[in-house]
Amino acid sequence: MAQIEVKKLNLSYGDFHALIDIDLSIETRMITAMIGPSGCGKSTLLRVFNRMNDLIEGVNITGQVLIEGNDILNHKADLIVLRKEVGMVFQRPNPFPLSIYDNITFGPRVHGTKNKKILDEIVRTSLEDVLLWDELKDKLHRSALRLSLEQQQRLCIARLTAVKPKILLMDEPCSALDPVATQNIEELFNKLKNEYTIVIVTHNMQQAARISQRAGFMLLGELVEFGDTRRIFTAPADKRTEDYITGRFG
Amino acid sequence: MERHFDEELKGLNEKLLKMASLVEEMISASIRSLIDRNTGMAEDVIKSDDKVNMLEIEIDEESLKLLALHQPAASDLRFITSAMKINNDLERMGDLAVNIAERSVDLIKQPQLKPLIDIPQMAKITQQMVHDSLTAFINKDSELARQVCRRDDEVDKLNEQVFRELLTYMMEGPKNITRAVDLILVAKHLERIADHATNISEDVVYYVQGTMIKHHIEEKKKQ
Repeated sequence: MAQIEVKKLNLSYGDFHALIDIDLSIETRMITAMIGPSGCGKSTLLRVFNRMNDLIEGVNITGQVLIEGNDILNHKADLIVLRKEVGMVFQRPNPFPLSIYDNITFGPRVHGTKNKKILDEIVRTSLEDVLLWDELKDKLHRSALRLSLEQQQRLCIARLTAVKPKILLMDEPCSALDPVATQNIEELFNKLKNEYTIVIVTHNMQQAARISQRAGFMLLGELVEFGDTRRIFTAPADKRTEDYITGRFG
Repeated sequence: MERHFDEELKGLNEKLLKMASLVEEMISASIRSLIDRNTGMAEDVIKSDDKVNMLEIEIDEESLKLLALHQPAASDLRFITSAMKINNDLERMGDLAVNIAERSVDLIKQPQLKPLIDIPQMAKITQQMVHDSLTAFINKDSELARQVCRRDDEVDKLNEQVFRELLTYMMEGPKNITRAVDLILVAKHLERIADHATNISEDVVYYVQGTMIKHHIEEKKKQ
């Protein structure tokens, strides 16, 4: 079943038409990767899914984005609820300058959880989700900023899973990490996809090929091709996709 | 945009074509040696096998290097994986040409059992299939490749016909058995060469179109 249904989505910043007639269906509990050159609109598209573009001046969006049937572009959509359901991880890990414990309980507290026992439990399960519990269980009150970049990125994912979202958006989540940390995070995605729908934007085509089940290629604001990752990387239908993934693009 | 990688792919392609022309020549000479009863020609075929074997290793190593260093995708990936399979088929075809040449050397030592009719006919179709499958590869012509696959049945039928006919010779007299078996083997080797030409054609279709047609998978999927 589709978790996110995008219908005839258009987005412009002032005169610049950043997304053009996007139709797309993102399936539940799968990893969907969006690839394309810089400026093709893939991050903009990702940011539509939790309305991060609202903050930019002069943005105009038309079309529909249905998440579990609800149009999130509707002005009545509750953004607090939306961003709890749809979490986002960024290029550079951005933990709060707080303890590991407080980073994870921040979200649940905002959503009204006060009970210490429940919060302790959330910290444990969230860190287990990202395979950090064993490493950090005795250091929960240390500053999150003292963690390695990979641990920080894992913590940022744990901070999302603490509020039990349905969808995880990842914008170049490994671009600040070395190859070993990248591989570890990719292993983590593979585990997380059993519980969450993941949409990842990446410049790293091999990463998209390795971890995703569905892939989309975007160019100049258009979704050129979307489908099974295996097919996109072995026998793409569109010449532009072929040129991009074989490096003939330019 | 021309990539450095294109140069390397071109190099792989050239090696494969070199091997292909060598193998085509071997098949043709092996059959001619039998028809013309020319031992020298058969021996040349047997000697060529080393060259083909060396090329097989070179092409394998080159392909693996390209896979490891460039991590190709899409048509580049399909080209290299097809090249590896075609390489394998060509090497086997070279072996079969050697097998035919060896039978030919034995057969020439004895008087001719019967005039050759079906075997040259089989050889003609087989060689055409080999040639077309390689032309299809060079020209990225998936239609020609599909035609080659359809011709495989003709060769299979001729092979059965040769077998039945030579069986009657063997029943007529035990003295005929050795020569008849040798000829049956020649036909069998030709039939296997045609099978490899079919394999190459199937790989060409995958390389060009990205669709698998092996084992009649297309028809099976439709059902």
